Amino acid sequence: MKKLLSSKLSKNYMITFGIVIVGFIVIQLLIPTGLLSSTFQGLLVNLCYYVILAVSLNLTVGILGELSLGHAGFMCIGAFTSAFFTNAMADSIESDFVRFLIGLVIGTVAAGVFGILIGIPVLRLSGDYLAIVTLAFGQIIVNIFTVLYVGVDSHGIHIALTSEGLGLEEGGKLILKGAQGITGTPRVATFVIGIILVLLTLFIVLNFINSRAGRAVMAIRDNKIAAESVGINVSKYKILAFSISAALAGMAGVLYAHNISSLTATTAKFGYTQSIMILVFVVLGGIGSIRGSMIAAIILTLLPEYLRFLQDYRMLIYAIVLIVMMIATWNPTCKAFLAKHSPKNWFKKKKEVK
Amino acid sequence: MALLEVTNLKISFGGLRAVDGFEVKIEKNELYGLIGPNGAGKTTVFNMLTGVYKPDVGRICLDGLDITGKKTIEINKAGIARTFQNIRLFSEMSVLDNVKIGLHNKNKYSTFEGIMRLPKFHRVEKEMNEKAMELLKVFDLDAEADYLASNLPYGKQRKLEIARALATSPKLLLLDEPAAGMNPNETKELMDTIRFIRDKFDMTILLIEHDMKLVSGICEKLTVLNFGRVLCQGGTSEVLNNPEVIKAYLGD
Repeated sequence: MKKLLSSKLSKNYMITFGIVIVGFIVIQLLIPTGLLSSTFQGLLVNLCYYVILAVSLNLTVGILGELSLGHAGFMCIGAFTSAFFTNAMADSIESDFVRFLIGLVIGTVAAGVFGILIGIPVLRLSGDYLAIVTLAFGQIIVNIFTVLYVGVDSHGIHIALTSEGLGLEEGGKLILKGAQGITGTPRVATFVIGIILVLLTLFIVLNFINSRAGRAVMAIRDNKIAAESVGINVSKYKILAFSISAALAGMAGVLYAHNISSLTATTAKFGYTQSIMILVFVVLGGIGSIRGSMIAAIILTLLPEYLRFLQDYRMLIYAIVLIVMMIATWNPTCKAFLAKHSPKNWFKKKKEVK
Repeated sequence: MALLEVTNLKISFGGLRAVDGFEVKIEKNELYGLIGPNGAGKTTVFNMLTGVYKPDVGRICLDGLDITGKKTIEINKAGIARTFQNIRLFSEMSVLDNVKIGLHNKNKYSTFEGIMRLPKFHRVEKEMNEKAMELLKVFDLDAEADYLASNLPYGKQRKLEIARALATSPKLLLLDEPAAGMNPNETKELMDTIRFIRDKFDMTILLIEHDMKLVSGICEKLTVLNFGRVLCQGGTSEVLNNPEVIKAYLGD
């Protein structure tokens, strides 16, 4: 029995990691053949950070069972702190890649710390109230980054609300320029780095779920009162799950920031539209299903790009596809139909014939 | 010294005095029953004992340790575990995981060790699996270890809840209407299980129950609550024959 349980678990791991690795190898093999369009190649890093965002949000929504609408806000923190670091250290550390790696750690930790800070007051709430407050926090973060001017000189970091207010000395560098954001970030994020970070995210999230802490988090999701009655510290584990989720979103943000040269904190990129987009990945992929949110993130990121030929009708068709997907994954009749005709069954039948 | 000693426990909700001067002394290894008509305040007493509600007045001592007004998790660590009147399982988790949650504070490794899958993780998880399977075997649930808890039949869900409570290795086990919704056969089986737990785990058990057959069958002592007050206390047969108790249950 125990062996059965653990083998089921490791099989699940293998499939999830397998999909990522096989996908990566196939794409790497296809790139030299020229079969992949430049649009697709341009989207590869985007795919990676959307997968990380979806998987990490699933930790909050599916495992902790709380609706968070501020996930893009944590991505924003990761993006800006890391981009700030890589620009500020441009003279001190030669290699772009080393700066990126340190920036990666800084961005991830910063988002995680903000996850704890925001989580402590916010996680006292639950359900709709929590969703609304996280939405507000997400917006606050984005707005703070649009008004802030940050520069460095030999005295250290200066923060002000206008560029004159900084009072930078000669030779000082203005890095975050309010609404203009951060420009000139080295574009070092590649598909390989993206895939490594996706694998790291999956490793952390899957291992977390299948450990003592993850079980405690799921117990709180299923029944808070019962979890308390068996001695589980509810607030501790809620904040732990929330901050890991935030830290991973920050990591996605680092990847995002180093994939574009000009980083601005617009609502479209880091606001509620983006947060809801990530939530759509999670919901369509199946709440609590890590592999599902991964696949949904990939399909829904590629879809709008491949619908470009529809021009003005693009978003209309996209919306229809979303609705159809939603019905297909939630409606019991459709689910039964899909289960009956799923590729898994073809294999089974073939085996029986043998 | 008694294992559980409760003196003059009182709590009000708004203008309603739900429990008024509850007291009880439970000796180690005793099977104690708490009975009374609906709304008498039995579950409220349980909720105060486990820290869900803070009593307005009174003192709760477990094994000489004052636990009055402490938090639920601290009280669980001190040694009180409970089940609920309306079953509260972790319904989307496996039967095995439900019991492993009960072992949460006894078998520890850090979150980091868990994520990195360090040797301690494997060792402790193995211990937990063994302990949990042992407990499941006691309750005849080992064949269903990887079922979702919500897929178990009702009687087994009740058993699983008891197994989970026992996993926290308590000194005192509180059972809130364990026989609710069971047929006579299941009730009889439950009586055997409760006696078995008491003997095997050397457990002290306090239970709330409406089923008089179960109460008279297994409880050694009883306390009767009526409108939040203790009506009568003592040996089971003596209490059940008390005219006041019969009056409270059947009316004049």
